[in-house]
Amino acid sequence: MEFAERQEPGDGTFAASFTCPACRRRIALLANPMETQMVRSLGVQIGGKTLDDEPMELVRGAVVGRADAFTSAPGHVRWSAEAAARLERVPSFVRGMVKKIYADYAAERAIAEITPAVMDQARTELGLEGM
Amino acid sequence: MSFRTYFDVEGRDRSDLAAQVGAQRRRVADRLKHVRHVVAVMSGKGGVGKSYLTAGLALAAAQRLAGGVGVVDADLRSPTVARLLDAQGSLAVGPDGAHPVTGAGGVRVVSTEFLLDEASPLRWKEPGHERFVWRGALEAGMLREFLSDVSWGTLDLLLIDLPPGADGVVDLVDLVPGLTGALAVTIPTEESGRSVRRALHAAAGAGIRLLGVVENFSGRRCDSCGAVGPLFPGDAGDGLAREFGVPLLGRIPFSGSVLACPDDVVEAVLARLP
Repeated sequence: MEFAERQEPGDGTFAASFTCPACRRRIALLANPMETQMVRSLGVQIGGKTLDDEPMELVRGAVVGRADAFTSAPGHVRWSAEAAARLERVPSFVRGMVKKIYADYAAERAIAEITPAVMDQARTELGLEGM
Repeated sequence: MSFRTYFDVEGRDRSDLAAQVGAQRRRVADRLKHVRHVVAVMSGKGGVGKSYLTAGLALAAAQRLAGGVGVVDADLRSPTVARLLDAQGSLAVGPDGAHPVTGAGGVRVVSTEFLLDEASPLRWKEPGHERFVWRGALEAGMLREFLSDVSWGTLDLLLIDLPPGADGVVDLVDLVPGLTGALAVTIPTEESGRSVRRALHAAAGAGIRLLGVVENFSGRRCDSCGAVGPLFPGDAGDGLAREFGVPLLGRIPFSGSVLACPDDVVEAVLARLP
């Protein structure tokens, strides 16, 4: 079986699907919030990492803290944990390109942090519905 | 019904979790290869002034070491050392990592102090139940990122202020195999000595080089005339040093004056660095 797709629907659970390379039969792996959290706590990803790590990725995504705990160094665009999770749902063969589009969009507008709202804004302005 | 195991299934393991964990460890090693000495400051017991000693030692070392001094506040749930070093602000994230906050004396600091609202405990996002199961893994991950994802630059000395307890230093050496050594802090009492003994045994058992023992609150210094009078009974520092065959690096009397690490203690600690 080969890893096919990963989904984190936002309710604390995790789903992954695997495909048989011979007969194309698909099976699913479903994890409850506890199991999902255990894997996430290790800072690893089922299916492998397809995007470069952002600095302090685990801390920024997991700690309940100050809104201004992190700022962007001049010229650097960072990804919020929610935006990074959403990017992970983009099909892997175009994910790198999509990431660059959003990063360029933010950099051109001096946006320090890419959030889901920024992604929505970019999709509308750039006509990227579906990304 | 027949079951196939993981090893019976054909195809590449794209998750390769072991490789992901290995990559995390390599990032720590890569980041710390520009740091000359990494020293853990530990104590089996809380309330012995470990963070005060860490901060005072960092300040004094920064005046002596031209290559820079950093502090990781590994007491994640009860951060103290950043405030003692007057390090405040946010962590600026750049392509090279998060930038440590510069405190007094140019000491570079990373701490949960910078992440949390005033008076808020360290809390994690969902799920809120059964958190004891995964909290340890998250805290280990946080400490790993404090080491690997912070642009420490070149440093002569990185001090790691560990939380009270015997296990912290053992977990740390898993992350930092090149740890220079550990410094133990105790107060004079027998109770403290017993507690710190456990931490020293844990460290020695993990193959960590013991740099020595510092006895804190070793009497009380009068702020007016400088005379040192009794404060706590016992001589745990001396006893631990003899038992483990390491030097007693100094006795620090309690003083109500400003944060400072006595010169003789600073010199003794730095002399123990290879």
